[in-house]
Amino acid sequence: MKNKKVLSILVSGGLLMGASHLKAEDLTLCWAAWDPANALVELSKEFEAESGHNMSFEFVPWPNFADRMLNELNSGGQLCDLLIGDSQWIGGAAENGQYIKLNSFFEKEGIDMANFIPATVTGYAEWPKGSPNYWALPAFGDVVGWTYRKDWFERPELQAEFKEKYGRDLDVPATLEELKDIGQFFQGREIDGKTVYGASIYTERGSEGITMGVTNALYNYGFEYNNPDKAYDLDGFVNSEGAIAGLEFYKELYDTVTPPGSSNWYMGENIDAYKSGQVAMQMNFAFIWPGVEADPNVGGGKSGYFPNPPGPGGHFAQLGGQGISVVAASEKQNAALEYIKWFAQQEVQEKWWAAGGYSALSAVVEDPGFATSQPYAQTFLDSMAIVKDFWAEPAYADLLLAMQERVHNYVVAGEGSAKEALDGLVEDWVEVFEDEGKL
Amino acid sequence: MNFSVTEPSVRTKWFAGITVVLYGLITIIPLLWIIATGFKTSEDAISYPPKVVFKPTLEGYVNLFTTRTRVNQDELEDLPPPETWYEQLVRDRGQVIASPSRYGERFLNSLIIGFGSTALCMVLGTAAAYAFSRFRLPLKDDLLFFILSTRMMPPIAVAIPIFLMFKNLGLSDTHLGMIMLYTAVNLSLSVWLLKGFIDEIPVEYEEAALIDGYTRFQAFYKVVLPQAATGIASTAIFCLIFAWNEYAFAVLLTSGNAQTAPPFIPTIIGVGGKDWPAVAAGATLFLVPVMVFTVLLRKHLLRGITFGAVRK
Amino acid sequence: MSNPDSSETTARTTPGNFKSAVTGLSDRAIAWIFVAPTIFLLLAVNIFPLIWTIVLSFTNYRVNRPNRDVEWVGLKNYQRILTDNGTWETMQATAHFLIWTIVLQVLIGFALAYLINKKFKGNDLWTTIIVLPMMLSPAVVGTFWTFLYQPQIGLFNYLVTFFTGADPASFSMIGDKHLAPWSIIIADTWMWTPFVMLICLAGLRSIPDSIYEAAECDRASRWRQFWTITFPLVLPFLMLAVLFRGIENFKMFDLVVQLTGGGPGNTTTLTSIDLKREAFEKWRTGQSSAYAVVLFVTVFGLASIYVKALNKVKDR
Repeated sequence: MKNKKVLSILVSGGLLMGASHLKAEDLTLCWAAWDPANALVELSKEFEAESGHNMSFEFVPWPNFADRMLNELNSGGQLCDLLIGDSQWIGGAAENGQYIKLNSFFEKEGIDMANFIPATVTGYAEWPKGSPNYWALPAFGDVVGWTYRKDWFERPELQAEFKEKYGRDLDVPATLEELKDIGQFFQGREIDGKTVYGASIYTERGSEGITMGVTNALYNYGFEYNNPDKAYDLDGFVNSEGAIAGLEFYKELYDTVTPPGSSNWYMGENIDAYKSGQVAMQMNFAFIWPGVEADPNVGGGKSGYFPNPPGPGGHFAQLGGQGISVVAASEKQNAALEYIKWFAQQEVQEKWWAAGGYSALSAVVEDPGFATSQPYAQTFLDSMAIVKDFWAEPAYADLLLAMQERVHNYVVAGEGSAKEALDGLVEDWVEVFEDEGKL
Repeated sequence: MNFSVTEPSVRTKWFAGITVVLYGLITIIPLLWIIATGFKTSEDAISYPPKVVFKPTLEGYVNLFTTRTRVNQDELEDLPPPETWYEQLVRDRGQVIASPSRYGERFLNSLIIGFGSTALCMVLGTAAAYAFSRFRLPLKDDLLFFILSTRMMPPIAVAIPIFLMFKNLGLSDTHLGMIMLYTAVNLSLSVWLLKGFIDEIPVEYEEAALIDGYTRFQAFYKVVLPQAATGIASTAIFCLIFAWNEYAFAVLLTSGNAQTAPPFIPTIIGVGGKDWPAVAAGATLFLVPVMVFTVLLRKHLLRGITFGAVRK
Repeated sequence: MSNPDSSETTARTTPGNFKSAVTGLSDRAIAWIFVAPTIFLLLAVNIFPLIWTIVLSFTNYRVNRPNRDVEWVGLKNYQRILTDNGTWETMQATAHFLIWTIVLQVLIGFALAYLINKKFKGNDLWTTIIVLPMMLSPAVVGTFWTFLYQPQIGLFNYLVTFFTGADPASFSMIGDKHLAPWSIIIADTWMWTPFVMLICLAGLRSIPDSIYEAAECDRASRWRQFWTITFPLVLPFLMLAVLFRGIENFKMFDLVVQLTGGGPGNTTTLTSIDLKREAFEKWRTGQSSAYAVVLFVTVFGLASIYVKALNKVKDR
């Protein structure tokens, strides 16, 4: 049924393709309201000039982005023609026929997914994962990494004290355990007359914050979403010994290295804490790094960047970022496809990177000049090589809500034990998958 | 002059005055802090520790009305010189203006939905209040209580079916839908208040008009309406304030098209994180109309907030 | 919730002999034409959705699963809501919030009204200033209170430091699960104390001077005058204020959702916030409808018991 519908849309789309150039359309692109989106507005002016189409933008703030856009998709709304939707939505949007499938379009226009960073293709474009069915073009690569106060790390008196205490140099941490040491070293310390703290980490409850943070510890201590050999087999993987240790580690981070009052923090609050000089390190998505570099207080060489450090169970970092898709309910699909075609070009992708957008096109990031083009470019590349993403199942929202609640209640509110939290999470997730008919 | 035993002594007055003024000063601090934050730079706004003395700037207001994007120094130098003071302000931050922001639209939506629902509410409310005041209606007290009780429901609780209903009727995220919704929510207040005001108009005026050959309708709009004008005006302001400040329905039922300012203001994002000065500037501009109304309404305040139960 | 005049109005009705002779439409018709649109709109926007909610509460419907068959599940949703620990936790959080906001607002509001009623010079101006917070948008107020409560960059902790000398970094109003319930109480009290104050002021001003003069002749002490005259006469007004605040805070959503988002943990998850999560995040439409019905019944039940008590006090 559904496939037929998609097919028919594709067929009719193909027939109209020739005529589409004649008509100037008003296209609406939906994305989250954040720095990269503003850069895209500027960049899209070129598309408007070339194509004659008119672009408008609907940017929704992160805390409401998922609610609003999924609601829009579920109700078949025509607000958005193009949607740069979060990576985890792709399963639902593909299975419910809310995005159009792009395979034939890619073939026709000679857009090859092999030319994009593999992790972004898997993360942002494919459903089911690992199969060559594409529902989006990787648009914005993003990953959780760390920012640190290089100027503080380089102070000789701090370096000496640190060396004496821990027997190693005060430098970018090689493991998560070392990161915790550094955090504790800075916690409550007086620097330039102000009390500063170790690190700001994600703790937010309302949308996806704490999940996007805690996974960076969980993955590296041995957490797995399910049995690698048997899909949806959760018990013993989600709540494995390693996973429990990882969750306990994250709670210890929260208890011993974060500023007071950071109980409901996500991207924005972490940026504020870092820029106002409260913390030595911050966890955040890579999209903030251009802003950090440009900041009058902490930019211009005062900050350094490093990928999420490894733990005893592996070396991963939480994937962020999005692909750009054409909304199936849109009546302007051809013009929308034109936009994607324009956006996929290498010179546009190069400008995209220059404007602060993390291009996912291999040719851009593999350019010899790329790694040195910005102080954070190499960190971005290293981070993108170790990414892992949350569930992208159609029921992702339910899975996320359960994780938000379980993890937040343990880490921030201190309820129960790490084992109880993860056992509870297994229960919740099993219930969701049973409800979905997958178990 | 006053020899009444109930006139408080001078000492009591001083004590009362000082205590109330102290409370007033403390209670006004958060409000002043919002207004002050609007005139800070984004660094000053999140400064640690907070800054009480700062150099005022209009950056927050410029940022409120624009979206900007960061450009590097070379590109900045290639640009033609800025034409306006606000462009200059933005350039000084290494940014260029990409487009106007949505704040203007949201504010306009607040105006359309606020005034639209208030106008509709006044028409329906005055008519209903007049009927309840002047005619015998079966089950009148029950109907009045029913009207009042609609205000007791938590908005989130009714929002589920309203959400479904709007979706089916194509009213989701439309001005019309929100106007109807706010009108319905405000009707309880306006019927009760207006009934009180109309009750106070002596019925003899209309009787005289009816004897002079006016029809009921004519008597209503030529005699009663002018008499009730003050009451209608103050009721209207209360309805407007409610619609102006409403958040729960707005956040659940509107998005790109008909969203009002209250769900928008807390989420204003600048370049690199939450733009507190712009949020504060947006909040301040949004407060101005209500502040003006509060001062205008001083005398009717009590009556309005208690659904007419207290008349003062 | 009773209007003091609601029973008198029949007496004002135009005598019957005037009407039909001089109007085209009968008064009865006009009455219905005037009332009908209001009733219709309220039926459409309130009663119809309410009935729909009740119907949905017996199903397993979920808005985000448009393709799934809807089944009747009987009382299962109600059973689930009423036996869920989370529901009772949020009810407790709501009760804590309700009781303390009412207590604080009544005490402070009454005290302020009592003092303002001393008619010192400039009391009008200060009344207007004090009233300002309640005219603001609660969502915007909530947003700014999160900002004010930040231990490092907000003003609140520094003000506490200024008055008490405690270290501003030693406590976090919204981060600490013991303080968070108080953080929302403080913000709500800041915003709504003026409301209680205004109502009390009306009560105080409605007491005729002659009663005090008589008491003064009897040489009753000020203290005695307060408890035998002022308090009993203001009590109905106070109870009215409590009713309004009670209903409003039972519905509380915007201020708290912006301020704490219900956290940390579930410490400030009031019923409306919990309901919003069930209905608009988890999209368990059937179950959240049952939840909504439970809340209706609770608020109507409590309010009508209270109104009865209020009327008794009034009649005394």
